[in-house]
Amino acid sequence: MKRLLVVLGAACFVVLLIGAMLDLAPASIALHAAVSANLPSSGVEHPVTAVLLNFRGYDTLLEIAVLLLALIVILAIGIDSTTDVRPAASPVLQALARLAAPLMIVVAVYLLWVGAFRPGGAFQAGAVLAAAAVLLHLAELLPGWQSPGLRLRLGLAGGFLIFLAVAAGLLFQGALLEYPPEQAGWMILLIESGLTVSLGLILAGLFLLLSRDDGDRS
Amino acid sequence: MMVWLILLPLLWASFAFLLGPGRGTWLAMAGLFAQLWLAFALASEIVAGGAVIHAIGGWGAPLGIDLVADGLSAAMLLLTQCIALPLAVYAHAYFKRDDPAVTYFWPLVGFLLAGLNALFLSADLFNIYVTLELLGLAAVGLVAAGGGAQQIAAALRYLFATLVGSGAYLLGVALIYGAYGTVSIHTLTPLITAEAPDLVWIAGGLMMVGLMLKTALFPFHFWLPPAHGGAPAPVSALLSAVVVKASFYLILRLWIGPFSSLTDAAGLVVWLPALLGALAIFWGSYQAIRAERLKMLIAYSTVAQLGYLFLIFPLLASAGALQAGIMQAFAHGLAKAAMFMAAGTLIKATGQDLVAGLAGVAERMPVTLFAFGLAGITLMGLPPSSGFLAKWQLIELALSQQYWVIAFVVLVGGLLAAVYVFRVLRQAFLLAPANSVVTPVPRTLEWTAFVLAAASVLLGLRGVELMQLVGVT
Amino acid sequence: MSAGLLFASVGVILFALGVAGVLLLGHLLRRILAFNVMGSGAFLVLVGLAQRNGIADPVPQAMVLTGIVVAVAATALALALVRRLYVLTGKIELPQDDEG
Repeated sequence: MKRLLVVLGAACFVVLLIGAMLDLAPASIALHAAVSANLPSSGVEHPVTAVLLNFRGYDTLLEIAVLLLALIVILAIGIDSTTDVRPAASPVLQALARLAAPLMIVVAVYLLWVGAFRPGGAFQAGAVLAAAAVLLHLAELLPGWQSPGLRLRLGLAGGFLIFLAVAAGLLFQGALLEYPPEQAGWMILLIESGLTVSLGLILAGLFLLLSRDDGDRS
Repeated sequence: MMVWLILLPLLWASFAFLLGPGRGTWLAMAGLFAQLWLAFALASEIVAGGAVIHAIGGWGAPLGIDLVADGLSAAMLLLTQCIALPLAVYAHAYFKRDDPAVTYFWPLVGFLLAGLNALFLSADLFNIYVTLELLGLAAVGLVAAGGGAQQIAAALRYLFATLVGSGAYLLGVALIYGAYGTVSIHTLTPLITAEAPDLVWIAGGLMMVGLMLKTALFPFHFWLPPAHGGAPAPVSALLSAVVVKASFYLILRLWIGPFSSLTDAAGLVVWLPALLGALAIFWGSYQAIRAERLKMLIAYSTVAQLGYLFLIFPLLASAGALQAGIMQAFAHGLAKAAMFMAAGTLIKATGQDLVAGLAGVAERMPVTLFAFGLAGITLMGLPPSSGFLAKWQLIELALSQQYWVIAFVVLVGGLLAAVYVFRVLRQAFLLAPANSVVTPVPRTLEWTAFVLAAASVLLGLRGVELMQLVGVT
Repeated sequence: MSAGLLFASVGVILFALGVAGVLLLGHLLRRILAFNVMGSGAFLVLVGLAQRNGIADPVPQAMVLTGIVVAVAATALALALVRRLYVLTGKIELPQDDEG
């Protein structure tokens, strides 16, 4: 009964909404024009990066807070170490991981740098870093995490704190996150570099905290 | 000034995390004290000079994101900070040093408050989505932190409810952006007219339903009692007193703001929130009267009291309805925080949480019981409390428009509240069984609850200032 | 129907499927997946509908990137809770209504 109702409701919703989409007039505001017009004073050349770090940089600031928060919640829940019996990593995988990890770090740096004028940026770079950590963990070259020590916590929160510090520093000169156009470039690069490291650590942490096994120490 | 209300909690939350597990209490206290001061300063600035706008990045909407503090936001900010500081003092005394719930308690509270303050100040629909998620995930984390299987299950139920709620809200925002090319509330308000395409009506409906789910309006209340009843007392107090009000605030903000042309043209649909609110009052009170465990009783009382907030929607066209709603939000916020805190103290002292096990506490813990009673007075709506002021104004407005049924619901709801409050008080005044043990508890626990309960009653005497603040646009 | 509208329509279907999944599925991992399907649906509507006339708009693209990160955070949190529940109870389901 419940099943039938939910399925019927969902089907009606789909038909109604797609119908409404089909006879929709064009939007009266075209923000892409405003983005292009202000791109030169944003400090970067790629429009998506400009929106993410400048025009709507505040969204990104809060979003990093959400990600850091998720990691803190996982730490706060307290995960019992369960003994996962995992087959020992093969030497081939280990050799491959040893080879791939440095390359992935190089790729991450490239992605970070290229973000200013092409698709890329801190998130993509951080994700590649995190993937390298996960790969090393799966190859049993990197242990899972217990509760993080001070240095690790500094790495996890550092990117967010740099972002927060820049945002607050600019507040004293005008508005929150109001970069002076000529300094916007290096400020955004500073924020993105910090974010790359922290995002890599946080994303890796989301995995390594959940998958740690007995006796590992970070 | 208003920006610091967002940055400060983010800062002390991150530094508390850096300091490590169980640390950061004093940092949090200092931050909360500063926030309280900022909220009062912002409110007086707004009363004196009208709403304040801060264009983040200097761009201005619709390209950038605007923060706007008007009377409504300032009032909610004030309520949040007024409850947060005494609650933090209470929490510090409540948790033992080695309590697993306290490991990352302060960072979570900091992010939660940052989410709340950011939500109250944001004038951008998509940015509000991010603040909703910050708030929701922090709240789920606080429910789950260091808990057993029941708490984890409650947290998961809460998580799914809050995620589906914000998912529906996000789809609504996506449709609005598709239709108008902007998500700035102030740019949208003149654009959305009664002749808006069907898509915009669907978007509005999605956002409202999503937010009602997050406010736990009947029949979406299923997740609230286990989460609020199962969490540690300071967390229950924070969630019941302010977190559920955030999504209510948003419904109100959208209803009288960008969607006002739609709600004016909606006809009888405006009665739907009020109908659900009335059902919430009856159902929540009934469950509170039946509840065996003290904290479940208080959690169901929250379901009922949230119902009153939705009674104002058919009346919003007339002046004063908004004020009545915010007064009820204050009354319930202060009283419910006090009630959960008092309950936490009682549970700590008696070592159990059944209503039936409270016999004799009146004699042993008069301050805590008095706090519970004062909070009960506000919930019942007896004079001179702020609850009385809110309900009185609601009844007056309803009668002036001949909506007898709303006045009737308010009166019956007050009587039902009296039944469950007196159930607890009567039990507390019974003679203690010979074998009962009452462990001594820190004085701080008793007095912080008392301060908030007294505030909920005394606010009734200073209601004019609050109503004046809410009216500023 | 332009490509953008097609994406948006698929997004609506995914969203509806996801909501139905969250409501109907008992196994918590499936429910988390359903939540992700729902989120992806909303993201598709956001980028598809806004760019239905074929002109690229970086604003919804950036919003979706923000949304994806938020969804990752929520998913990780949900997985951690499910795993904790499994450690404590040995089940990957929520207990039936324990409330009256």
